[in-house]
Amino acid sequence: MSQLEWLAALSGFAALTAYVVLGGADFGGGMWYALASGPRAQAQREAVSRAMGPVWEVNHVWLIFAIVTAWTCFPAAFATIYTLLAIPLILALAGIIVRGAAFAFREQARTAGTTEIPFGAAFGVASLLTPMFFGLGVASLASGAAWWGLFSWSVAALAVSACALLAAVYLTVETTGGVQEDFRRRALVALGITAICAVVALVPGTTEAPRLAAALMHGVATPFAIGAGVLAALVALLLVVRRFAGARAAVIGFVVCVLWGWGVAQYPYAVVPTLRLHDAASPPQTLLLYAIGTAVGMVVLLPSLWLLFRVFKGDPQIA
Amino acid sequence: MDLLLVARLSFAMSMAFHIIFAALGIGMPVLMLVAEGVYLRTGDLDHLALAKRWARVAGVLFAVGAVSGTAIAFELGLLWPRFMQFAGPVIGMPFSFEGFAFFTEAIFLGLYLFGWDRLKPLAHWWCGVPVALGGAASALFVLDANAWMNSPTGIVMSGDRVLSYDPVAAIFNPMWGEEAFHMITAAFVATGFAVAAAHAWRLLRAPGDTGAARGYWPALVLALALAPVQVFSGDQSSRDVAHNQPTKFAAMEALDHSGPCAPITIGGLVDQRTGGASNALRIPCGLSLLLAFDPNAPVQGLDLVPADERPNVAITHYSLDVMTGIGFAFVFMAVYAFWYRWHAGRPPMQRWFLVAVVAAGCAGFIAIEAGWLLTEVGRQPWVAYHLLSTAKAVTVASNTIVPSFIGFALIYAFLAALTAWLLFRLGERREPA
Repeated sequence: MSQLEWLAALSGFAALTAYVVLGGADFGGGMWYALASGPRAQAQREAVSRAMGPVWEVNHVWLIFAIVTAWTCFPAAFATIYTLLAIPLILALAGIIVRGAAFAFREQARTAGTTEIPFGAAFGVASLLTPMFFGLGVASLASGAAWWGLFSWSVAALAVSACALLAAVYLTVETTGGVQEDFRRRALVALGITAICAVVALVPGTTEAPRLAAALMHGVATPFAIGAGVLAALVALLLVVRRFAGARAAVIGFVVCVLWGWGVAQYPYAVVPTLRLHDAASPPQTLLLYAIGTAVGMVVLLPSLWLLFRVFKGDPQIA
Repeated sequence: MDLLLVARLSFAMSMAFHIIFAALGIGMPVLMLVAEGVYLRTGDLDHLALAKRWARVAGVLFAVGAVSGTAIAFELGLLWPRFMQFAGPVIGMPFSFEGFAFFTEAIFLGLYLFGWDRLKPLAHWWCGVPVALGGAASALFVLDANAWMNSPTGIVMSGDRVLSYDPVAAIFNPMWGEEAFHMITAAFVATGFAVAAAHAWRLLRAPGDTGAARGYWPALVLALALAPVQVFSGDQSSRDVAHNQPTKFAAMEALDHSGPCAPITIGGLVDQRTGGASNALRIPCGLSLLLAFDPNAPVQGLDLVPADERPNVAITHYSLDVMTGIGFAFVFMAVYAFWYRWHAGRPPMQRWFLVAVVAAGCAGFIAIEAGWLLTEVGRQPWVAYHLLSTAKAVTVASNTIVPSFIGFALIYAFLAALTAWLLFRLGERREPA
């Protein structure tokens, strides 16, 4: 691949990473909202709303950014993916629409003096379904296997539990007292489930996704697999000793390792095994314009993002 | 079943839904900044309450606009992957810029909606400015892509093969400027009328409501002041279309005969075979005059276009009539309203005028939808004018087309009903300062 193609591919994958790390937590938040329980259930729901309110729309723009990068820089891959994975993408989209609307309406329903329960339920269910369908799609891209196969379902489970894990850990940083303890427990449970899902996925993985499994177990992606394992253990440790900011950093590292392990194993294919990234790439004049345009855009975007997170993710609220 | 038609209907449905929220997302930030600005200048808490009310509404509309925009981003790939593969190298970048504009807008809207208590008042107001600018910028970039579909520069083809791409030439295509100006102006006009209509509705039911009266005139001024601008813009757009897309122009004017002294045709019964309209109101030589200020100027009609390259003339022509009719009606309203304001020293609030404003609130969006019908249906059978036909752009995953159309139709219907209900409830609520 040429330098410009590398730049475009890394840029798109970075956007996807940002989406998983930020938007994935939003999905997890929705799940915890629906699963709120115990004496502090209402406080748990409020913690989720407060955490997501100012940032959820911003977090999901990373997905648009990744899609537009694929379309502009690797249009043949874009077209192939949207054709092969039409069904899981349609279902993921339905989840995104329902989720976003339900969350916004839920915010205002209380103000408008009406019950928020149906909105909360829709929000929770859609928050689980969207990462599930994305997981099915990614598994199919990585393996060339059908998106409804066993490997795909195990990756979908991994995606869902990883989102729940991210959200729970983030929320420990953004809450205090009893609610913080609630999310700490939830984070440990989610971590256990995520670890199990990751290991279990390798079972159908060796038969349905041999290339990916080989890369992870004794290939280019092995450092990332090891890194994921180490960081998962670190997250557990930091949660146990209640060092929540550290746990947040570690869980982000864990998810990045899982994601980039997949990315490294996937290279040089956009769709295994039929389409290579290089063959799907746009001509150099397009890639150059993309590189310049993205750099300029980032000059505006990154300081604005910093401002948003600084204003709203500073001190935790008292639960 | 004609799957291409279902795919087109599916996409049209998403666009028709999204454009309403996108237009409001362009206009409402301006209104809320004006209201908050008055509060900052005068300390009038009622204007702060108005700003907060409009901001709350803008937040709901923005969320629905964002998810429906995501739907379009997905459907471009789900329904038209072959178009995306063809056009990606040249018009991917405008979408990328639109993405950045929307990103900025979302960030500062988050700061604005949730930062009332966290930011100093002036800093809070300034956070609203990128929201307004970002909304207009998003429209500017996304319309660049649509304008390219109408005047596709930057691609050199030999038969069905693409020889070269020039993304910069594609970005600066000839129809961009006027199309962007026309749509952004339309967004302000429609938003102004819609917000004024909401306040007028309340005034009709509670004539003494000072809160409703306060929001009524600023919103109305936004719409009325721009209404004449929009008519001039429409005139300019028509020349652009005549120059770059003569087939679309002939269809929208129901012009079945090429030659000098071309008439303006209003209404009538359209005959798709000839491309003309019978029993229409005609202004002789009017079209030649409008286009070139010369009654003998020749204008191309549909007789020079092969039948399989003509768009649906009825939809294209009637859409033009509806849109321009509403546009001119708005100008008459503007003339009357400003005259009354000057003459009587206060905004017009007679019962009949309030009813007219309520009607205008709907008509603004009807005009927008009509305009989009005109430009999209008028471009058929092309998705990129004279370069790629819509039929060659549609997905081959054809088994998804009908189920997804039904599914999304249900979702949009539900969403529309829910949004309307929620906005109604929020409107009823008395907003604390």
